[in-house]
Amino acid sequence: MKFGVVVFPGSNCDRDMFDALSQDMNQEVIMLWHKDRDLSMFAKEDCIILPGGFSYGDYLRCGAIARFSPLMQSVIDFAHQGGKVFGVCNGFQILCESHLLPGALLRNSHQKFVCKNVFLKDTDNNIFKIPVAHGEGRFYADEKTLDDLEDGGQVIFRYCDEKGQVTDASNPNGAIRNIAGICNVNRNVFGMMPHPERATSEVLGNTDGRKILKDLLMSEELANHLA
Amino acid sequence: MTYNVQVKVMPLKELLDPQGKAVMGGLDNLGLKGIEDVRVGKNISLQVNAGNEAEAKKLAEEATKKLLANPVMEYFEIAIN
Repeated sequence: MKFGVVVFPGSNCDRDMFDALSQDMNQEVIMLWHKDRDLSMFAKEDCIILPGGFSYGDYLRCGAIARFSPLMQSVIDFAHQGGKVFGVCNGFQILCESHLLPGALLRNSHQKFVCKNVFLKDTDNNIFKIPVAHGEGRFYADEKTLDDLEDGGQVIFRYCDEKGQVTDASNPNGAIRNIAGICNVNRNVFGMMPHPERATSEVLGNTDGRKILKDLLMSEELANHLA
Repeated sequence: MTYNVQVKVMPLKELLDPQGKAVMGGLDNLGLKGIEDVRVGKNISLQVNAGNEAEAKKLAEEATKKLLANPVMEYFEIAIN
């Protein structure tokens, strides 16, 4: 499989993602420019990544303008055809604005930008230490949408403490039900606020992000091969 | 004819508005009494070329629903002057 990383004006985690996947995880990665439209080099099992940053300066609302980039129209089609799409941080915001994922990311409840390591728990209760860096990461959706997400097993990550307890104190932004990441019903579109691509290198002292990228995006066969 | 359309976009009433809370803190520090709550939204001004007022409003509504406001977190009001 291969990966495409979309670069918007204002993206600033695109090279981190490229480096994590190509250098730390030995994957083929193609950088994509937001003004292009062509995704014909990607097959269904490939993955398009929307990186973190401040696309279009976060003007209007985070991700609102990026949604109308020429390439995003192709990314939306790619997702509707079953291709994998993964958004981190600003990428998650863009996916919500594009209606590929439900809900929205609001300004952090404590009014501050937060940049630190947090703990996350996946649906199998694996615990990860992953950095967050955002001012608008407070996931919100109405109760019905939240219940649908929970019933469908679409809440893929929750903020928790070191032991995996989901507590208010371990929630870095006031996200409803401690939600850090979700996927769509068809499980081919994923979004999360924390940055797994910043935790894939021994040199940086944290490789928890590798497992997240493997589990979410790669087939079992490829993940086993990498392990 | 060109219509001056004002779109007011506000955070949904049931949602916490941290920006409003921060401004409220500033007003408290100023010593101004009697202001009980602050919510911060935005006003977007559109110059719309349309045949009549109803058409101008309709176009502004479409722009607002598609891009200017996000109904998951915001509501809007449109006024034409």
